[in-house]
Amino acid sequence: MSARADLPSAAAPVVRLAGVVHRYGDTRAADDVTLDIPAGRMIGLIGPDGVGKSTLLGLIAGARRIQQGRVEVLGGDMAGARHRSAVCPRIAYMPQGLGKNLYPTLSVVENIDFFGRLFGQSRAERTRRIAELLRSTGLAGFEERPANKLSGGMKQKLGLCCALIHDPDLLILDEPTTGVDPLSRRQFWELIARMRARHPGMSVLVATAYMEEAEQYDWLVAIDSGRVLATGTPAELRARGAGATLEDAFLALLPAERRAGHQRLAIPPLTAGEVVIEASRLQMRFGDFIAVDDVNLQVRRGEIFGFLGSNGCGKSTTMKMLTGLLSPSRGEARLLGEVLDAHNIDTRRRVGYMSQSFSLYGELSVRRNLALHARLFDLPPAEGEERIAALAARFGLAAVMDALPDALPLGIRQRLQLAVAVLHRPDVLILDEPTSGVDPVARDQFWALIIDLSRRDGVTIFITTHFMNEAQRCDRISLMHAGKILASDTPAALAAARGTDSLEEAFVGYLAEASGIELAPPAAAARPQSDAQSQAGAAATEAARAPSASISPSIARFSLARLLSFSAREATELRRDPFRLTLALLGSIVLMLVMGYGISTDVENLRYAVLDLDRSAASQSYTLRIAGSRYFSEQAPLQSHADIDRRMRAGELAMALEIPPGFGRDLARGAVPQIGVWLDGAMPMRAEVARGYVLGLHAQTLAEGVAEATGSRPAALADVAVRYRYNPEMRSIVAMVPAVIPMLLVFIPAMLTALGVVREKELGSILNVYTTPVTKLEFLLGKQLPYIGLSLINFSLLFVLAITLFGVPFKGSFATLCAGALLYVIATTGLGLLMSTVTDSQVAAMAGTSIGTLLPAIQFSGMLDPVSSLEGLAAVVGQAYPTTHFLTISRGTFAKALDFGDLGASFLPLLLAIPVLTLAAALLLKKQAR
Amino acid sequence: MGARRSLFHNTWHLGIKEFHSLLGDWTMLFLIVFMFTVSIYADARARPESLHRASIAVVDEDRSQLSARIVAALQPPQFITPELIALAAIDKGMDAGRHTFVLDIPPDFQRDVLAGRAPTLQLNVDATRQSQAQTGTGYIQYIVDDEIRAFVQRYRGPAPQPVQIVERALFNPNLSQGWFAGVTAIINNITMLGILLTGAALIREREHGTIEHLLVMPVTPLEIMLSKVWSMGVVVLLASSFSLQVVVKGLLGAVVPGSPVLFGLGTLLYLFAAASIGIYMGTLARNMPQFGLMSILLLLPLQILSGALTPRESMPELVRWLMSLTPTTHYVSLAQGVLFRDAGIDVVWPQFLMVAAIGGAFFALSHHRLRHTIGTMQG
Repeated sequence: MSARADLPSAAAPVVRLAGVVHRYGDTRAADDVTLDIPAGRMIGLIGPDGVGKSTLLGLIAGARRIQQGRVEVLGGDMAGARHRSAVCPRIAYMPQGLGKNLYPTLSVVENIDFFGRLFGQSRAERTRRIAELLRSTGLAGFEERPANKLSGGMKQKLGLCCALIHDPDLLILDEPTTGVDPLSRRQFWELIARMRARHPGMSVLVATAYMEEAEQYDWLVAIDSGRVLATGTPAELRARGAGATLEDAFLALLPAERRAGHQRLAIPPLTAGEVVIEASRLQMRFGDFIAVDDVNLQVRRGEIFGFLGSNGCGKSTTMKMLTGLLSPSRGEARLLGEVLDAHNIDTRRRVGYMSQSFSLYGELSVRRNLALHARLFDLPPAEGEERIAALAARFGLAAVMDALPDALPLGIRQRLQLAVAVLHRPDVLILDEPTSGVDPVARDQFWALIIDLSRRDGVTIFITTHFMNEAQRCDRISLMHAGKILASDTPAALAAARGTDSLEEAFVGYLAEASGIELAPPAAAARPQSDAQSQAGAAATEAARAPSASISPSIARFSLARLLSFSAREATELRRDPFRLTLALLGSIVLMLVMGYGISTDVENLRYAVLDLDRSAASQSYTLRIAGSRYFSEQAPLQSHADIDRRMRAGELAMALEIPPGFGRDLARGAVPQIGVWLDGAMPMRAEVARGYVLGLHAQTLAEGVAEATGSRPAALADVAVRYRYNPEMRSIVAMVPAVIPMLLVFIPAMLTALGVVREKELGSILNVYTTPVTKLEFLLGKQLPYIGLSLINFSLLFVLAITLFGVPFKGSFATLCAGALLYVIATTGLGLLMSTVTDSQVAAMAGTSIGTLLPAIQFSGMLDPVSSLEGLAAVVGQAYPTTHFLTISRGTFAKALDFGDLGASFLPLLLAIPVLTLAAALLLKKQAR
Repeated sequence: MGARRSLFHNTWHLGIKEFHSLLGDWTMLFLIVFMFTVSIYADARARPESLHRASIAVVDEDRSQLSARIVAALQPPQFITPELIALAAIDKGMDAGRHTFVLDIPPDFQRDVLAGRAPTLQLNVDATRQSQAQTGTGYIQYIVDDEIRAFVQRYRGPAPQPVQIVERALFNPNLSQGWFAGVTAIINNITMLGILLTGAALIREREHGTIEHLLVMPVTPLEIMLSKVWSMGVVVLLASSFSLQVVVKGLLGAVVPGSPVLFGLGTLLYLFAAASIGIYMGTLARNMPQFGLMSILLLLPLQILSGALTPRESMPELVRWLMSLTPTTHYVSLAQGVLFRDAGIDVVWPQFLMVAAIGGAFFALSHHRLRHTIGTMQG
């Protein structure tokens, strides 16, 4: 309970930043930020994307390493690992991006449950809390749905549930409502308000780009280019910026050079042109899923037509159908009276398209991007150049023509995309969330271009947006929800029809009606409770909170339960990922078959033919000897030397024998005739073996011939008796299969383990490791455990395959082999963990693991050449690499009938490798992002 | 006619775009250069020409002049200087894998040899180390024989034989493993890059959202495919031709008599097939990691079982039949024929035909799949 005792009083700030600087390369995401954030309030960090809001939140949450300056949270310095681990149970952090901290294949309940386990809650407590959270978020009824099948709004609510499971004192939300429909947004804030009422001491820190939402917060921090512009209540900020709305005030607060070129938008009235697009009863199905249903619209020339709705409600699909880029499953769309056909390439020449994410080639310069599109749209070169020059001037791109788009600010990139989209003078333009993430100044500049295109060039424009002030600028808008258009009209008419004074209210009204939800009065819902209200609620909520006091504030340093919760989660995720599962189970079997049969040094059925120029009894008896061997398979006899040449060249024969004319006669005379043997040297190994066979047969034939002639064997000086031990028949498979098993048990387990960890880094869920009490060792071992289990299953599959299909005899101690395999897969999965700590992307992890396992396992571990035959680095790696030692155990037990007593020396290095690998991985893994 | 003009036009310009993209991707460029230079050189040089540092122990129960002579003949670089061990230590040393060979020279060996009693030496071979066992056994037998004969006859010379056998290796007179390994490595790298470059180019477009953009341009899936096939084909063709001429012929000194033009044509045809497979996999996988996992399961069998590494004759019938459905098998046989055996088109035309047919089938399949999946490829 000691951690709660020092809870800061209401007056003390919950977060104190002093001189915080944070750089990514040359960009400063935080530039000398000094700031005190008051406790127990709802705080907003406002400003467009990419100005450093997320960085500050990451630093405060302890998810990012502090580069410079001091960050104090809940009364302690976040630079200290001890304080971080002490306060992390009191902080909840929901990163930016829809469902970023969720596990996509896990169900709603599994996700929340996982977080509960991380905070050490008992089963009963988790069950109670999950039920409560699901009820209050309206997620009840969706318990079993996987997170990736939820809508944007539901994902965010689930994220919030996961964040709130441990009753944090500080809740950090990074753009929680971006891409969420207004109704879900409303519900989300209601939920936060209820939680605050229940837990009055809780401070909420929210980053947002929606100025409308920020109007409702207690206290705001306006940020631009890594600097704090102003702080204060919304009213104070409005007063300081002398603006009617927060957005105006924010613009006014920007430094003069950032405001340059900004002017108030004037929208000339639309002169109603002819109907350009007419759609009737459009429907789009993807399999069973109806993405868009029953769309009827008429759009006039030059009209700016907006679509509003949450992510995934069918806006993009509708726009594509309206413009003929996608064929509707039912209904039709007409452009200037002509039915649009998606398969007709000419349709695309009439449409310009710009997607939400940057979809041009980042590796081509601005000029090249424009030129490529001019060519693809078949503009004649002269006209194309002229058009590009004109657009560059009009869209303000002239100065950046030779820059790479990746290096440009988002606002300019979006202008480039717009320029590309209108390059071929389309009649219709589709803009899919063109301004998301763009700062207010650039957004207005962008809109000026859109308005110009519409009013001056008469381009019909379809646009989607999440910003209500942008929607307000459209001539008409359609409100969409779950594939249906709820209403379509001018913004003013829509608001009037619902009897509300804003478009947002109207939309929320339509959405609530469509989904049958009773709405709380907006003011009470969105605005956080006043102090009086929370005081009143406090007594009631204190009782509700009482059981939650059972969370131990002093989190155990190492907890088996947390470790196992990672294992259980990893196992579930793996079970639901067909690609990795296939590699895990089928992969080793396929590769075992491939290598068992492929890496074989047996040479059989060598094709050969004879050119017998003698055709005597002697020559025939000689050739019959070879024909009788199982190594050779005789082909049609050769006719001439040219024949030898031709058939060898065609690769038809591996060997040709030439018996010279007069062979029998010469032999009888003792004149030492010469038999010619031609070998196909294109495959040296095959040729070597064939040579060995034929020389052996030759010697044998002669010996027997002499014996026949003289009646006694020639006197040998000495005899070498060769004893092929362990594999008397010298079967390749007996030698190879026990060597292939160790190889596969390093390659696949290491790869899967490395991917398992790096996936979290790439998808972002590693943040949960940064911000929860889990330790590095718990995380790593937890991730490793399922792969050890999987590898043991693999081992048994391989073993069964070896003794059944390949028929390799097993002579030694099975227990020894199993013990060796267990230690070995612990070591190899540990190798994967180590790989995962030094790579950041899955592709890099795959490449790194392949290099780090294949080469040493195949070349340096004694699979082909014994380690004792190696020199230099190869010998050093070979001595230390775990595969070497398990290979000895595998061959020893399979072929040499050995047990623990004989192989003890091979177990020791494996036992040593395990802690070394695991500790190295734990040391290299970072518990914070940079 | 307009459609045809636009097909060439678009395919050409999209292909040029692929070059620009590749030029901007330093990692990929490095990989291509590395794979066709350093990796091939290293691979070819790493192959031991014959026996190297085999570990041998000798149990010398005779301790005579002759036995000392035999022990002294077993020397580096073929062998590690023999360790002299006791009779009882044979099993332990071999069990632990310390010795691949143990030669046991019996007591009174020299006396028996000189008395013409033809005594027997015992050579224990660890047959689990098969490649060394095979070459080493013959080598040791030869050395022992030679030493004994030289000791007895006090001169070295071949024993008279009633029939001489004269063997010649065609196409690779010294049976140099390095030449073979160099060409095999080129073939393997062509397979790998042919598949990976196009597949990855498609996935990269999908991940960056540019495929969505192409979808709204007046460009057909056929043009998208063809542009990737030809551009990446040219890259790999140039890289592999360079590697063949400079690394394999120049640095490794391999004698490659075949026509580089015919090999180039075959490679181009094969790259068409490989690229089609790459695109097909690119439509199946949803992201780069999935694509990577799929490639591992495909590339290893293609490289190991196509006859480039070991002869196909010794593989089971089923494996041979399955592998004959892949273009790689036919390309390997084509490449070995052309490069090593100087085979002309009159000899290798069946392989050309098979590669073309299989490539065509994969191309049609991928085109079909790309057309049907391209709509769902966003994000």
